[in-house]
Amino acid sequence: MTLRAEIPAPPSARVPRFSRAERWVHRATAALMGVCVLTAAVLYIPQLAVLVGRRELVVRIHQYAGLALPVPVLLGLASRAFRADLGFLNRFGPHDRVWLRAALRRDRRRESRPAGKFNAGQKIYAAWIAGATLVMLGTGLMMWFTHLTPLMWRTSATFVHDWLALTIGVVLAGHIGMALGDPEARRGLRTGAVSEDWANREHPLWRP
Amino acid sequence: MNPEQAGGPDREQDGRPIGRRVFLGTLGLGALGVVAAPGLQRGLEGFLGGVADRDPTGLTGLLPNGGGFRYYSVAASVPHRTAADYRLTIDGLVDRPRGYSLAELRALPQTRLVRDVQCVTGWRVPGTPFEGVRLSHLLDAAGVRPTAKALRFTCFDGTYTESLTLDQARRPDVLVALRMQDKDIGHDHGGPVRLYVAPMYFYKSAKWLSGITVTDRVRPGYWENLGYDVDAWVGRSNGRTDDPTS
Repeated sequence: MTLRAEIPAPPSARVPRFSRAERWVHRATAALMGVCVLTAAVLYIPQLAVLVGRRELVVRIHQYAGLALPVPVLLGLASRAFRADLGFLNRFGPHDRVWLRAALRRDRRRESRPAGKFNAGQKIYAAWIAGATLVMLGTGLMMWFTHLTPLMWRTSATFVHDWLALTIGVVLAGHIGMALGDPEARRGLRTGAVSEDWANREHPLWRP
Repeated sequence: MNPEQAGGPDREQDGRPIGRRVFLGTLGLGALGVVAAPGLQRGLEGFLGGVADRDPTGLTGLLPNGGGFRYYSVAASVPHRTAADYRLTIDGLVDRPRGYSLAELRALPQTRLVRDVQCVTGWRVPGTPFEGVRLSHLLDAAGVRPTAKALRFTCFDGTYTESLTLDQARRPDVLVALRMQDKDIGHDHGGPVRLYVAPMYFYKSAKWLSGITVTDRVRPGYWENLGYDVDAWVGRSNGRTDDPTS
């Protein structure tokens, strides 16, 4: 009878979480964001700049990766599942307030962290990173096509672009760090399905 | 929204559209940041400049406008030149074209200037000493012909070029610099010899200087072909309003 406890949950107990289209939106966005971050690091950190040189080429790659960054999400809008998840991410219920309060108090108990398909932290992250990406795109375009806007704006755009880049770097590190700490969440984005256990534990209010 | 779910145990589709508000709020803050940037930047530069002076870790150097120089190279890799193999040639519309070794440059009268360095991308390094030979001295020695109007600078990274008009080049605050921050200029800062054009944005101060050609007209340099101003006076070009450096 001890044997039974060691048998993992049967594969039938897996819950579909992300459609194929959604997984590709995430993958493509992550890859483009990765290129943006790596090229930004090369442009920005003196030691890396010394190592790589080729400033104009690196700038070029950074620009096109940045320009392409919103494209996967825009293409994803063609998917019904993706649009439905955007709806989930947008709407905040009373349980999200409970979740946020607990997060602020660093209260990690399950019962104080009620969540639907997405928890309140994921919702805020999604909305913020979408806005921040567009601000980066806008300020980036102002720096790129300097003759489209009054010249004085370039300095201001550079200032916002630099500081927001730093902020995004920190937030992104948090996003990746949390994913690294939750293999089942990663499996969800890799395979599209999660275990029922995990779903009940992390997203008790989610009704797939 | 979804009639099947309305009133059911799953109320995820209901609730308030906070996500949209966070999204639009972030966009709004970004726009506000652009508008408020000049003031914010001045304040931050003052603050970070003070912190950087007392920062033993050097981490503040990685913050935007956190002080210190940044390394920009447009070439894949830059060869190293030492006193043994460095050479600066002066040719074009001159009576006496010639080359200088590092030792020959060091033997000429040296001028030391202490000015702020201002990069066109925003960073500024206050009170940086540069020391070297006045460019006007080298031009006089070479004998510039009457038809000459400008100079073209080439670099041993094989890629970078710069230009100055003859009048700009003859200013007393334009040096062929051998020392920076009271040290021989290291490779990363464009050593052993770089141009130093004190009153202009720092991209005019070409690193790894190896050739000066006197020409009959201005031929725009590397960054100028990519949209930067040819006459790059600090505070009066490239759409910027920095305080003049010289």
